[in-house]
Amino acid sequence: MNRWRAFNWLGWSSFALLLLLWELGSRATPKLQLYFPPVSRIFAALIDALSAGSIVQHLLVTLVRFAEGFLLAALLAVLFGVMLGYFRFLHGLLATLIELLRPMPSVAIIPVAILLLGIGDGMIVSVTVYASVWPILVNTIDGVRNIDRTLIDTGRTFGLSRWRILWQIILPGASPYIVTGLRIGLSIALILVTTAEMIAGSKGLGFFILDEERAMNSANMYAGIVVVALLGYGLNRLFLLIETRAMKWRHGMMARQAA
Amino acid sequence: MSILEVHALSKSYRQAGGDTTLAIGNITCQVEAGEFVSFVGPSGCGKTTLLMTIAGLLAPSSGRVIVNGKEVSGPPANLVLLFQEYNKSLFAWRSVLGNVRFGVEARGAAAPAADAKARKLIALVGLKGFESHYPWELSGGMQQRVAIARALAYEPEVLLMDEPFGSLDALTRLELEDTLLRLWAELKTTILFITHDIEEAIYLSDRIWVLSRRPSQIVQEIRSDFPRPRHQVTTRAEARFMALRNDIYRQIGNQGTP
Amino acid sequence: MRTGKLNGPLFLLALLALWELAAQAEWVNALIIPAPSKIGKLFFDLVLSGQIPMQILVSMKRALTGYLLAAAVFIPLGIFMGLSPTVYKFFEVIVEMLRPVPPPVVIPVALLFFGLGDEMKIFVIFFSCAWPILLNTIDGVRGIDWVLLNTARTFGLSRAKTILQVILPACSPQIITGLRVSLPIMLILVVISEMVGSTDGIGYFVLDAQRRFKVAQMYAGMLALALLGYTLNQLFNLLQRWLMPWQRGRGELE
Ligand SMILES: Nc1ncnc2c1ncn2[C@@H]1O[C@H](COP(=O)(O)OP(=O)(O)OP(=O)(O)O)[C@@H](O)[C@H]1O
Ligand SMILES: [Mg+2]
Repeated sequence: MNRWRAFNWLGWSSFALLLLLWELGSRATPKLQLYFPPVSRIFAALIDALSAGSIVQHLLVTLVRFAEGFLLAALLAVLFGVMLGYFRFLHGLLATLIELLRPMPSVAIIPVAILLLGIGDGMIVSVTVYASVWPILVNTIDGVRNIDRTLIDTGRTFGLSRWRILWQIILPGASPYIVTGLRIGLSIALILVTTAEMIAGSKGLGFFILDEERAMNSANMYAGIVVVALLGYGLNRLFLLIETRAMKWRHGMMARQAA
Repeated sequence: MSILEVHALSKSYRQAGGDTTLAIGNITCQVEAGEFVSFVGPSGCGKTTLLMTIAGLLAPSSGRVIVNGKEVSGPPANLVLLFQEYNKSLFAWRSVLGNVRFGVEARGAAAPAADAKARKLIALVGLKGFESHYPWELSGGMQQRVAIARALAYEPEVLLMDEPFGSLDALTRLELEDTLLRLWAELKTTILFITHDIEEAIYLSDRIWVLSRRPSQIVQEIRSDFPRPRHQVTTRAEARFMALRNDIYRQIGNQGTP
Repeated sequence: MRTGKLNGPLFLLALLALWELAAQAEWVNALIIPAPSKIGKLFFDLVLSGQIPMQILVSMKRALTGYLLAAAVFIPLGIFMGLSPTVYKFFEVIVEMLRPVPPPVVIPVALLFFGLGDEMKIFVIFFSCAWPILLNTIDGVRGIDWVLLNTARTFGLSRAKTILQVILPACSPQIITGLRVSLPIMLILVVISEMVGSTDGIGYFVLDAQRRFKVAQMYAGMLALALLGYTLNQLFNLLQRWLMPWQRGRGELE
């Protein structure tokens, strides 16, 4: 009953109306069909591509590149972020370098990567790592620096080893920041993978979409975009799911403070 | 004709669960032009609700509010409400001068005239020299002065004030009470004042209505006819002042602690 | 402690010196990693000859047009979506459908419609800056205290004036946040769209240098991009201070 009322009827109607207008408009003006193929045709192209498996292959290629790049970036960035956040001297050394490199739009690294690594998976994964490292790194540093010193000192007086202080105090304490960084890093990783695939790929969804555009197969192009959007949506949902699991304690605390 | 009439007003809120809370039971009263009247009542009895309804910001559940002979259905042009949360009602992006000038502009005055008038009011509430400060650079008492100046800049015929001095320290409070009385005498506005400080109500008002607990009703009307201008020490020291105070206190006390 | 501040720049200099040495001594392939002195000199030459400023100008014209267009459309939309639950619901599904699309894949669509021209890049930037601006504006409007809105009402403000004089300034911190978040996105997408489909602009300049194997020129272009990103950020800070003087010293900016 409540779900019935909570459902956004208006929003879905406006969305359906948009698709309907698109469909009818496209059917009425064949000249426009190159740009706006009827929704039904895009849908058919999507089904075709899915059943033929071609698009699934591109999807898998993109997914693997994304996963490798993002996970590697997360690992590296959290590792270095914790070190830089904890050891002030180290941060002092590298701060200028970070401040200089960070404002450079990360995609500018793609030509260098092509030069150094050639065209291939290694290049695409590298640029993805490079780009998504920044938000995670910067947020992790902030998070670690914002941990109350007394918390760490408390750990010390209990005789905790450095290792356990890291695992039981620093990482949980900085986790809200780290999660923010990871969320930004995730969308950046997706941007970089698809971009690199467009500029220097022969596989992957980015390549597929651009290639279909060049071949003037606009229905396939839109089908590819639908798949990318679903991928983006799915990855975000997955991230949220893992986050709410991992950060349960925090949501509880926030609710308590709000009450 | 009274400037403000409230007829058999009641107001209930719909609760999240679907139940309703009756905040105002049944209130009827009249205010004459130029009068200073107060409502006193226990916390949570519906005073804010009453003012919001009179100001046309909430629709009554039943009954009517009439300002200047016209039934209120939205915020009337010649009436302004000063909110209990004055710090939230000030515009953080405008300076003191800008905030007060807003009141003049809202009336539709031209810019140069607005500036002069705003400056005059700022001086009247004792904030000369703070024109270019932002609200967050002021103390609570000063913020309240800005809010008062802004409301008066609008030149309302009726000014509704919701516990304006409730969160101020005792000294600032006495000072602002006198400032308010001075401005009221000068500008000849009608003021409807809410407080839970009984002595404050007696000191300021011509008439006081004592409200019951929720759902609120007027349980007593009291005249406070001490000669004006009043004086914080001598007026409050009069024996009749004490008697009135005790009288009201007993009224409210009959329904439990205020 | 004072000297600690110099550690960063000194370390950077040491790194550059090491790089210089490695390139001069040919420990690394100088064709792929040229000496920083060479890059630096070329950078200055390219700046003085006007080549790099020219390319940046071309890119910035596209970038700012798309950015400002996104602001002009999505700030008002965000205000209306924040104010009215009906308007919000009307657009909610469409927004939620478009938002997960990674912005670069809009480039092919824009290519299809606009070809290689400026409009292509402008559209892509417009699309990708839309979401941070829209969502932050909605948040800002929803966070406005009801006392403020009722104050506007009791002073008899019309709806249009309430929006302009009360709602817009009250939610401007969040709007600024949205604009700030979109700034690097704008820069990234102008570079990408110039790499994928253009014959000029700083993004094209860098990729083209790589394809022609003018390696030092490629690095010089990247240096220009880093400086551009930094400058844009500083300009934004200045603009924010100028637009929102009441926020100065409120401790919210830093
Ligand atoms: N928006 C609302 N929705 C539901 N109930 C409300 C709402 N506002 C007030 N109430 C209820 O109405 C009653 C009267 O509230 P009101 O704020 O008018 O009291 P008050 O006399 O101004 O209290 P105080 O002296 O503390 O300011 C309270 O019981 C309150 O819980
Ligand atoms: Mg109240």
